[in-house]
Amino acid sequence: MKSIALLGMPNTGKSTLFNRLTGSTSRVGNWPGITVELLSGKILLGNDMVEIIDLPGIYDMHGFSEDEQVVRHFLHDNVPDLALIVLNATQIERQLSLLLQLKQFNLNMIVLLNMADEAKKLGITIDAAKMSAALGMPIFLLSAKYGNGYPEALQAITKALRYSTPGMPETVRSQLEQDEHIEREMSRVLQQSVQIPVHLSDNLTTRLDQVMLHPWLGLPIFFGIMYLLFQAIFFFGQPLQVGVSELFGWLRETTIAPLLGSLPAALQGLLLDGVYNGIATVAAFVPLIVLFFLFMAIVEDTGYLSRAAFLMDALMARMGLDGRSFVMLLMGFGCNVPALMGTRVMRSRSLRLLSMLVIPFSLCSARLQVFVFISAALFSPKAAPLVLFSLYLFSFASAILTALLFKRYYPNNEPFVLELPPYRFPTLRQMVMRGWHEVYQFLHRASKFIVAGVVLVWLLTNLPPSAVPASADTWAGMLGAWLHPVFAPIGITPDLTIALIFGFVAKEIVIGSLAVIYGMSGQALSGALALQLDWVQAYSFMLFTLIYTPCLSTIATLRNESKSIGFMWFSIVWSLALAWLLSFLFYQGARALGY
Amino acid sequence: MTLSSMNPGEIATIVSIHTDESLHQRLLAMGFRVGKHIELIRKARFSGPLQVRIGTTDILLRKAEAEKIMVQV
Repeated sequence: MKSIALLGMPNTGKSTLFNRLTGSTSRVGNWPGITVELLSGKILLGNDMVEIIDLPGIYDMHGFSEDEQVVRHFLHDNVPDLALIVLNATQIERQLSLLLQLKQFNLNMIVLLNMADEAKKLGITIDAAKMSAALGMPIFLLSAKYGNGYPEALQAITKALRYSTPGMPETVRSQLEQDEHIEREMSRVLQQSVQIPVHLSDNLTTRLDQVMLHPWLGLPIFFGIMYLLFQAIFFFGQPLQVGVSELFGWLRETTIAPLLGSLPAALQGLLLDGVYNGIATVAAFVPLIVLFFLFMAIVEDTGYLSRAAFLMDALMARMGLDGRSFVMLLMGFGCNVPALMGTRVMRSRSLRLLSMLVIPFSLCSARLQVFVFISAALFSPKAAPLVLFSLYLFSFASAILTALLFKRYYPNNEPFVLELPPYRFPTLRQMVMRGWHEVYQFLHRASKFIVAGVVLVWLLTNLPPSAVPASADTWAGMLGAWLHPVFAPIGITPDLTIALIFGFVAKEIVIGSLAVIYGMSGQALSGALALQLDWVQAYSFMLFTLIYTPCLSTIATLRNESKSIGFMWFSIVWSLALAWLLSFLFYQGARALGY
Repeated sequence: MTLSSMNPGEIATIVSIHTDESLHQRLLAMGFRVGKHIELIRKARFSGPLQVRIGTTDILLRKAEAEKIMVQV
């Protein structure tokens, strides 16, 4: 099968073009010579199937960043039949250097000057024919976003694929000395074919930035936008999440349970409460992830994410993080899973890992349910809101502490030099594609892990068969009793330890598991808890619940995003240790003070 | 003087860049070249990053990086 590689600088709309070319057929895959995964898609061009590979955006063929090396190694080991060079027409005077570097590799290539619509608005005129003659290669102006010029380009691509590639020279590195020559050629071509006004007009971006990046208003506006985003995601997401779980509950009652009715009770329980509940857990995340990435696509594609990095960088840099980590940390207060997936916007691996280590401490909406229930049961209506607020403070403090402690193990050596793109309106298509793609990734990678975890916990809390489910006689109960010496110093009873084991799967089921353990629910459960626990124990339990591993879905996401089982275990162990330590300090401290 | 000591609204010429090779490459690709005009658009609060403009491109960089770039107003 013939292959086409997409090459270009960041912010050239390369991914938009890729999506337009491949539709929704793209997949992530491994390639010889490189360790990172690349997005590719197969499409029918002319009469043949062709594979299109989206290479990372790079600034320089001779550079030393991770992405630049990936591109070089990829080209070295997988010479494509055609390279599509995507350039941003509004920055042509800068981007031409990459094109000229690539020209020296003797690749079969076609040049696409993207964002032609924006260039036109800025008053930049490009004579594609003259430039094509000057460079000796086919050049097309197009707008990948709106599709102008796209059919012509596609035709040229189909045609170009009929000729074979002359082959890739081995000596890529020897081109380094050519940089001076490139500079001269750049100015020659620019002089001939491009006219740029001396001063760019005072456009919308400049005026918007005067407000959005204002010395005093910038931060309040940033927090306002974050708050609105957060509210919007949960305003729309929570009813959808409830809807999905109700749908699954209804399916269970009307279809699945009767179908399995003839099976032995234990097997029925395993299939219904284990496997089926696992699938329902996965499904409940889908609406949140779609919404989150729909909104993140807006924040990112409009160019606001770079502005957020500008505003928050001063504070976050001291913690070894950057402004984008802060956006994800805030989003984690809704749900940790999409926030972890969102760290992909960071190119530096150590910065990403440190952000991923910190995000699980964000008090997500599932944990909030637990805290609302317990604080209502154990504290007066006046004290309960203060208790909740203090837990939010602990959440931030744990994140900051973790970042400060571990920043030297994840040194961020990638210099903070970011391009600030102009504000743009993302198209609905871009947003929907993004949401769909992320959900697909989540379902594809996390579902097996989550279902297996739910089944495991079901087995622990239901075996041996003679025991009453979730009682002290089950394996979970025995584990709870065995762990008692560890949990006694923080005031957590064996009953509550079983609930913590459930909480490992998802915080949504902690209260439900307490209902099973105590054999009562709602008001009666609140009463039982108030009788069994005093407020110091209850707070210690909430503190532990806040800080230890949020849920199986978070762990599955951590593993997938970091591609490191070691990192996943490190995150689990560190959060357990910190949870125990803080609960211990709190519980023993409160007891020592006579509470 | 260094890029980091410029004031918002000032335009200067890049005189020299004193960074390690990988950052140098990156800056070159972003358009930082000796002799080019550079405008400081704004600085973030609390010694945060700087926003500069070279040609048609706006770039954010931290103060630490900006201190390695010498300019002349």
